[in-house]
Amino acid sequence: MKHFDVIVVGGGHAGVEAALAAERRGATTVLVTFRKADLGVMSCNPAIGGIGKGHLVREIDALGGMMGLAADHAGIQYRLLNRSRGPAVQGPRVQADRRRYAEFVQAYVREKVDLSVIEGEVVDLSVTGGAVDGVVLASGDLLRGKTVILTTGTFLRGEIHIGRERQSSGRRGDPAADRLGDRLREVASGIGRLKTGTPARLDGRTIAWDKIGRQDGDESPVMMSFMNVAPVARQISCGVTETNERTHEIIRDSLHLSAMRSGNITGIGPRYCPSVEDKVTRFAEKISHNVFLEPEGLESPTVYPNGISTSLPRDVQEAFIKSIRGLEQVEIQQFGYAIEYDFIDPRSLTPHLEFQPITGLFLAGQINGTTGYEEAGAQGLLAGANAAARAGRGDLLPLSRFDSYVGVMVDDLTSKGVTEPYRMFTSRAEYRLSLRADNADQRLTALAEQHGLVSSGRRIQFERKMKHLRDLRSQLDAQDFGVSDWAKVPLVRPKDGRRRSYLDVAALIQSEHGTVEALASVLPGVDRSVLSQVAIDAFYAPYVDRQAAEAKKISTEEGLEIPPEFDYSILPSLSAEVRAKLTSSRPTTIAAAARIEGVTPAAVVSLLAHLHTEKRARRAKQA
Amino acid sequence: METIVALATARGRAGVAVVRVSGPEAFSVCESIAGRVPTERVATLARLQDADGALIDHGLVLVFGEGRSFTGEPVCEFQVHGSVAVVSALIRACLSVEGVRAANAGEFTRRAFLAGRMDLTEVEALADLIDAETEAQRRQALRVLDGSAGRMIAQWREDLLQASAMLEAALDFADEELPDDLTTHVLEPLFRVQAGFAEQLQGRRSAEIVRDGFEIAIVGPVNAGKSTLLNALAGREAAITSERAGTTRDVIEVRMEIAGHAVTLIDTAGLREATDEIEKLGIDRGIERAQAADLRVHLLAAPGETPVGVRGGDIVLLSKADIWGLPGVSGKTGEGIAALIRSIEGSLAQRVTGSEVFSRERHFDQIERAGNHLGHAISTLERGGPWELVGDDLRQTLRSLDGIVGRVDVEDVLGRIFSSFCIGK
Ligand SMILES: Cc1cc2nc3c(=O)[nH]c(=O)nc-3n(C[C@H](O)[C@H](O)[C@H](O)COP(=O)(O)OP(=O)(O)OC[C@H]3O[C@@H](n4cnc5c(N)ncnc54)[C@H](O)[C@@H]3O)c2cc1C
Repeated sequence: MKHFDVIVVGGGHAGVEAALAAERRGATTVLVTFRKADLGVMSCNPAIGGIGKGHLVREIDALGGMMGLAADHAGIQYRLLNRSRGPAVQGPRVQADRRRYAEFVQAYVREKVDLSVIEGEVVDLSVTGGAVDGVVLASGDLLRGKTVILTTGTFLRGEIHIGRERQSSGRRGDPAADRLGDRLREVASGIGRLKTGTPARLDGRTIAWDKIGRQDGDESPVMMSFMNVAPVARQISCGVTETNERTHEIIRDSLHLSAMRSGNITGIGPRYCPSVEDKVTRFAEKISHNVFLEPEGLESPTVYPNGISTSLPRDVQEAFIKSIRGLEQVEIQQFGYAIEYDFIDPRSLTPHLEFQPITGLFLAGQINGTTGYEEAGAQGLLAGANAAARAGRGDLLPLSRFDSYVGVMVDDLTSKGVTEPYRMFTSRAEYRLSLRADNADQRLTALAEQHGLVSSGRRIQFERKMKHLRDLRSQLDAQDFGVSDWAKVPLVRPKDGRRRSYLDVAALIQSEHGTVEALASVLPGVDRSVLSQVAIDAFYAPYVDRQAAEAKKISTEEGLEIPPEFDYSILPSLSAEVRAKLTSSRPTTIAAAARIEGVTPAAVVSLLAHLHTEKRARRAKQA
Repeated sequence: METIVALATARGRAGVAVVRVSGPEAFSVCESIAGRVPTERVATLARLQDADGALIDHGLVLVFGEGRSFTGEPVCEFQVHGSVAVVSALIRACLSVEGVRAANAGEFTRRAFLAGRMDLTEVEALADLIDAETEAQRRQALRVLDGSAGRMIAQWREDLLQASAMLEAALDFADEELPDDLTTHVLEPLFRVQAGFAEQLQGRRSAEIVRDGFEIAIVGPVNAGKSTLLNALAGREAAITSERAGTTRDVIEVRMEIAGHAVTLIDTAGLREATDEIEKLGIDRGIERAQAADLRVHLLAAPGETPVGVRGGDIVLLSKADIWGLPGVSGKTGEGIAALIRSIEGSLAQRVTGSEVFSRERHFDQIERAGNHLGHAISTLERGGPWELVGDDLRQTLRSLDGIVGRVDVEDVLGRIFSSFCIGK
């Protein structure tokens, strides 16, 4: 029987990135999923990126992942969100052609020699002596592997609700993973339930497009991947309409029929993605909510109405949708629904996404309480890289709050856990000014390269870019911005009379929201995109330096690691409450421990003291 | 590593206060305050002065080099007279040196342990103390920052949270339906906080404290014998006393010395329903002054009466004890005066050497730092600068105020956003 390095369960966004990352590191990898066609399926909104989420896509890309490439291949409308604000909070977003996306993913995976895909349902884990060594399929077959990554998304004991109807399912049209879900409930403590929802899908041919507003893409599209420069697919626009008082009335009259309200659902849904039922009740004073009509593909007539996710009965869905301007005659292709599923308390994971109770078992994606393709993909990549490391293919990949959004997310999940589906926001990143979408490659690609995650093509391109940046930066730094130059840029010359270099002026232009065009005109022959990047870097440099100093301080003062098996009961001064909190969340560093609510400074001092004493004792023994 | 300063004298030991500075800037602190760095480990008498050259006190200075101190870092210790005025001026002078901040709970212990100057058992033994300190800090913030502190601090927290939520909503949810005038929504609460900071910092009144020392107010209902007591304490006829109620119309001050501390005794107009305007004015002024004083002695005109406006640490006594024949104080016979002076001494000693003075300076320091970040945030907003920089400044503002307003976490901000706006296009 074949013995794999890494077995990935689930072919969603987490599963695919996990399998690809493991494969890039040279691990023999197998991906098991219900159907091969699962690969690249977008369960909900056909869009990738956004604010915070776009940062994740860029990081996946910088780490050699696939999501950005697939998104660019499928991109039919590009918008850089927050364009009017600083680059640190700009989020590239793309509307993706559902079919092109899945095709790209499937072809990309097919090409990988060390990665095979098997169709089937995983129903159990094979665990020997506390370590996982394979998975059992529904067919009874056993697959053997050194490590296993579960990326089963919304499928664990998944249940779909439409009005009063309920049905076991992992996603519309797919079975749930009940047997695996039941099995996990036996081995893992801390399993909870979350819910999410999706709107109906409309037939675009029956929408009165001329009666509603239009939302176009950006004139100069910004790509998702650092490897690309321009869209490949035809670009389209979206429609925008809105709900009205009649819509709200219909919904309000039928609230008691909604699955969310009937008491059938116990899971907690995300506050930032409320159903339309929630919108009209919680924000009753608003008489209208925007609805964006997003085509799901170039060839497909299907339209995704963004903003009206619902679990009302079919007839009510039909009635309220038809009350919306432009949708009076619309035909509904598929009704909206809510889905409830199991997730595993991510505080049981290490920062490498390994499940602490079972060696070699990794979890990634929605199973950890997150939501979104980007969040799933990013965790998948991390889990894949680390599972490969556990299987002997190099070192673990260390990511932290200081270097990436991926690090922020994993630290949040593993130290704080979740109370609602976790989504990325830029406000979660305290080093937001350093962790930007535009510099994800500068932050991460070299690290990824050391860990065998980057192809040679990407490496060469990255090195070339870095050289251009370095060269231009030192050129601009060396050159004084002359008196006559000031006349050529749309800037007021600072009154202090200090001499300024071209680099200083580039930073100034950036801070004034100017474009680098003006500067480019006095610098013949300079590549605009390189210049623009140099300007952004120069503008944020002082903040980045300050944050780096802060980060360094924290990691030296508090970065000390706590061994996973650390026994808190040996610390006499901890209160029972603090001890219970530390024992259940198992922080991996002093810094993470200090962030846990209720953990007092004294507890931190005692903990620190113990760890140091142990370390000293160990060192003494070794000497 | 930042340089930290703290009051090292144990609670209750009046007379001498020790202020300890540890970290890379310890010697520059020494140089700026004592004028020079003396020979290591040799207690040296020096003239201690603040940044403007004003005399703080004559005191002993002691320095330890790196690797030879309690914390393993360069350390400088000042021994000064334990009066509020001196100690707060000294701490303030330390904090004004670049790179120096007030120590957090447990910080000295942690550094000492890491330097191998303390063992595990000692650290464990200190744990309770550190936790008590943490709790005490927040409570002290309430006490230290004037009377209405509780409400005011809650309002700061509320306003900063509100501004952050508005700002972060605009940054994280650009694609959503948000109000257009967000700048105003962000600025308004920030202005309120800024004004509150300014008001508090004015109350820092450094020079005044040096001059006046402690203020002790004698309060109580009309004709409770306040003026008689004041005269007895001061040993002279400072306030005009008579048997008719309401004789003391305004505030009367008497300066004296108690246990080596400069003290101002204040006699306030008696509390009662005033009949004429002028008297009412006098009473109001009296209440205000009494509230602002460092300590209040409440006199009860009769046994079983309940005093009003008592705050932690205040002294409550039955007046005219000679008449009632019960324990208390009598300005007339001198009964209980010695005991009263002893409790005032005790209270002063505690404030002088206890964490109160330090807290006070520490809170002012935090407010000042927070104010700098806040000022930056406001000016960036006003000139239409990048909001992500404002976000960073607000984060720093909140961080500086952590010990005062309590921790404001991203979850608090997100919670506010989701309850204020319908997010979810
Ligand atoms: C109805 C709905 C609404 C959503 N709404 C939103 C939203 O509004 N916003 C948002 O950001 N995100 C939303 N999402 C979430 C988004 O789709 C997911 O977060 C993301 O796809 C999770 O990726 P994943 O890789 O973890 O899991 P999934 O993409 O769910 O993939 C799981 C894969 O595992 C396979 N699988 C599961 N169990 C087994 C098994 N036992 N054996 C073999 N294969 C198995 C499945 O076939 C599937 O391919 C929604 C999802 C759903 C279903």
